[in-house]
Amino acid sequence: MSHHHVLIIGSGPAGLTSAIYTARANLSPLVIEGEPSSTSDQPGGQLMLTTEVENFPGFPEGIMGPELMMRMREQATRFGAEFLTEKVTRVDFSARPFRVWVREQEYTADSVIVSTGAQSLMLGLDGEKRLLGHGLSTCATCDGFFFRGHQIAVVGGGDSAVEEASFLTKFAEKVYLVVRRHELRASKIMQERAQSNPKIEILWNTVVDELVGTDALEGIVLRDTVSDQTRSLPVTGLFIAIGHRPNTDLFTGILDMEESGYLVTRPGSSYTNVEGVFACGDVQDHTYRQAITAAGSGCMAAIDCERWLESQHS
Amino acid sequence: MANGIVTLTTGTFDETINGSTTAVVVDFWAEWCGPCKMIAPILAEIATEQPGITIAKLNVDDNPEIAMRHNVMSIPTLIVFKDGQVAKRLVGAKGKGQLLQELSEFLPTSH
Repeated sequence: MSHHHVLIIGSGPAGLTSAIYTARANLSPLVIEGEPSSTSDQPGGQLMLTTEVENFPGFPEGIMGPELMMRMREQATRFGAEFLTEKVTRVDFSARPFRVWVREQEYTADSVIVSTGAQSLMLGLDGEKRLLGHGLSTCATCDGFFFRGHQIAVVGGGDSAVEEASFLTKFAEKVYLVVRRHELRASKIMQERAQSNPKIEILWNTVVDELVGTDALEGIVLRDTVSDQTRSLPVTGLFIAIGHRPNTDLFTGILDMEESGYLVTRPGSSYTNVEGVFACGDVQDHTYRQAITAAGSGCMAAIDCERWLESQHS
Repeated sequence: MANGIVTLTTGTFDETINGSTTAVVVDFWAEWCGPCKMIAPILAEIATEQPGITIAKLNVDDNPEIAMRHNVMSIPTLIVFKDGQVAKRLVGAKGKGQLLQELSEFLPTSH
């Protein structure tokens, strides 16, 4: 069993920024960074599955998502943050020191910063599990390559859906963007890019009702949400970008959360309902969800945590 | 068999898969795939710790015909070959514990 002043769960921009700040405050944080996966809850967070990040200040030419995360991690390491490439399996915040487990291994801490982020939502359709990796994908940057010359679809209307659709036109012959509403939620610049791209066709007021194919995706059944009419579209690839759900299963019944699962923090701060436990990044933010806002809230959590620890000793 | 990861190409793939006395785990990967980079160090560790199994990697960018022949449509994909036949297929990045568990049936028992 090992004891730490600060234990940080998660290692996206929020977790790593809080690691940089608490490490520089000589609090020697332990970051339990998560385990590799392809569903956006891996070490480094959602940016590990993206390509070019164009809106993170300080990188006028843009920077690759994984590269940005690697640099943040190096910066935290430089000031003495420790990393553990494991996934937390259980927590007990009912008494101090707080207790955190990775399977049988127990860690204790005076304070905890929760930055577990969010992961891709799935469609919840039959055959989804079976077809994942066989035409169905949650990672355009990983799998786009395999659809050279194919007709494919992206489902979703936000920034990540539009970004994926644009990226996929590098490989695919045609990309249908399946949008549930009559408008895109994506930022103006992304919308313009999608609408001016001749390979992208936007299907408005449309949802995916069914996946067709046994061993590999052969097509999808679409439904028009206005007329309720269905039709099939023969695509060999379907990329899902319909949003995220917070990774908060670990904290059910322990930390206050909204019905949607997002952690509740005291307005203007990173304080959760448990004194000494702080939350930052997408796990508590369903409004902004940007790398820079996550990093900013990670900084807030580090400062809140540092001040709280000081107040405990005075 | 020497510890470490064997790099396969279109030219050496069949020979390695068919000629191996142990199960061969082939990691289909590419430079531009974030999750592939995450599991690379884990596979290197497994290669060192488990001499009873061969860990190999194949770059799908440089060797697309092998990836196509095995219907790889997502990376990382790990395919386990035993006696030249596909014995198991794992799609997506996984942690070390989970990988070892998935591969346990191919590891020679030490007792």
